[in-house]
Amino acid sequence: MSAPVTGRVLRTRGEGLSLRVDGRALGASLGLAVALVAVMLVTLTTGEYELSVPEVLAALVGQGDGGAEFIVGTLRLPRLLTALFVGAALALSGAILQSLSGNPLGSPDVIGFTNGAATGALLVIIVLGGGMTQTAFGAFAGGLAAALLIYLLAFKGGVQGFRFILVGIGISALALSVNSYLVTRASLHDAVAAHAWLIGSVNGRGWEQVAAVGGTLAVLLPVALGAARRLSLLQLGDATATALGVGVQRSRLVLIATSVLLAAVATAAAGPIWFVALAAPQLARGLTRVAGPGLASSALMGGLLLTAGDLAVQLLFPTSQLPVGTATGCLGGLYLCWLLAAQWRKGSYT
Amino acid sequence: MAEGKLHVTRLYAENLTLAYDERTVATELGVAIPDDSFTVIVGPNACGKSTLLKALARMLKPRGGAVYLDGKGIGEYRTREVARRLGLLPQTSVAPSGITVGDLVARGRYPHQRMLRQWSRADEAVVTEAMRLTGVLELSGRLVDELSGGQRQRVWLAMVLAQQTSILLLDEPTTFLDIAHQVEVLDLCADLHEHKGHTLVAVLHDLNQACRYATHLIVMRPGGQIAAQGRPGEIVTADLVREVFGLPCRVIDDPETGTPLIVPASRRSSPKATVVAGIERSGA
Ligand SMILES: Nc1ncnc2c1ncn2[C@@H]1O[C@H](COP(=O)(O)OP(=O)(O)O)[C@@H](O)[C@H]1O
Ligand SMILES: [Mg+2]
Repeated sequence: MSAPVTGRVLRTRGEGLSLRVDGRALGASLGLAVALVAVMLVTLTTGEYELSVPEVLAALVGQGDGGAEFIVGTLRLPRLLTALFVGAALALSGAILQSLSGNPLGSPDVIGFTNGAATGALLVIIVLGGGMTQTAFGAFAGGLAAALLIYLLAFKGGVQGFRFILVGIGISALALSVNSYLVTRASLHDAVAAHAWLIGSVNGRGWEQVAAVGGTLAVLLPVALGAARRLSLLQLGDATATALGVGVQRSRLVLIATSVLLAAVATAAAGPIWFVALAAPQLARGLTRVAGPGLASSALMGGLLLTAGDLAVQLLFPTSQLPVGTATGCLGGLYLCWLLAAQWRKGSYT
Repeated sequence: MAEGKLHVTRLYAENLTLAYDERTVATELGVAIPDDSFTVIVGPNACGKSTLLKALARMLKPRGGAVYLDGKGIGEYRTREVARRLGLLPQTSVAPSGITVGDLVARGRYPHQRMLRQWSRADEAVVTEAMRLTGVLELSGRLVDELSGGQRQRVWLAMVLAQQTSILLLDEPTTFLDIAHQVEVLDLCADLHEHKGHTLVAVLHDLNQACRYATHLIVMRPGGQIAAQGRPGEIVTADLVREVFGLPCRVIDDPETGTPLIVPASRRSSPKATVVAGIERSGA
């Protein structure tokens, strides 16, 4: 008799361990990981100074010559890792929120975490005149504040459904207009700094950012993966999840907090990066075809999107230092149009 | 037994006040679900049947009073522990898009699983059996999105059965079903009750079905009070139906089962009325 469920079943004798593994999802994740490694190698080897793969590897383990070590260890690797971690953090944040809200629009960049973070950053740059580190803290605080506001306004009755998204879009618009107002009040010098921050980028990011986002991921990725099964039950609605033994309020609070922290830290490190949190989980789902939250594959997809995007702008516009945020912003706009049109056709806004 | 009660049932509630924000649905409500019964709750729309069921399944925290399960306040259990004893099929459920029937039913095993024990042979056997009982085993690879309302309802029922709880609360399990499938689901419930030892509590809309299947009937009136409870044959009268539902009717014996059968009065007086009058029950 074949199992009535999808995927392969792995069991040890005595069944101390029994796992369900979705072959397609596993294959897709491996594929994403391979693509990611390829993108990373190309990123580390190409640029103004070409390096061979052995030279890069030697530099990575501290056996290369001084020039190669500087290029890899100081210039390329921190930028690459920032892109990787920021992409993964944003995608994970989006995957959690989309599963919780049951809506592909439930993404930190659509519902105002990102614009809220920008408000925090601009307040620091323009009103307090802070530097890069203070700006990052401002962005972090702004993201949390926006999330708290949405939570207070929309939480009644859970985050299921469209109410949460609509309130979030409202908060996003509100934050955006505050941001515009702040920029008009700024001195020319501050306005330029603000503008530079507002276009998310991983140019010139150093080990500080790598440590901040990487450390956050190291803590929150296991938290998210540990909550993934509860998340897949929350997808069935609060009543069913409770009936199946999930502590709904607490699980949801943990998951929302995880999502908010990931988005806020990522935005603090790289500025607003659009599109990744929104699209990566959907693209990953297109590959894996799983109905569950798909957190790991989403994180891989996010890391791949942002590293590949950053590589693309470096290859296509080698001299202009185009920020990766511009590229993802263009793609994200198109994707959002398509998504809204598709949802409208499906009639899911009724 | 501290209260010195003669019959303490596995699931009962005392002195409940149930409310959503400002709206109070019920006050001083007490119910006991007889062990091993097939209890059916009926009442007019919006009288609080679903609300009562939610309170019994600890989905809604009572403003006052308490629900007791196996001798302890239901709030004192870990929620997973409750989920191994008591299952609930809510009135409406959402399935994530793209999920297969088998995977959805398998989620009912959650309270019995661990992080590293996700799919034991026991899980598989229980899920397969639940799907067989509800007649959805052939659908296991299909997407839930693509099923008819009736098929979907049976899939949800299978998920609740996979939870393997001895007490099952079902909120209108026959909505969306045609008459044949309604009877099929109710027969299945009766089977679970008679042969598998489940205690069932179901909210039903159809009074006649309620009378036919219930071993214990709870009739709620608007305002969340209990108008009557007991064996359908002993409590259902034309007076009760008129008082609770505002429906003039007569109550006769169901020719199939002998349980009460509610026949709404016609607005035009029917010449046939004299025929059924012969077997009309006397009002209590
Ligand atoms: N989530 C809710 N929030 C506020 N009021 C509710 C909610 N659910 C039900 N009600 C109200 O409580 C009353 C009882 O509802 P319910 O228990 O669903 O009735 P029914 O007997 O039809 O199942 C109704 O007046 C309904 O409007
Ligand atoms: Mg109801």
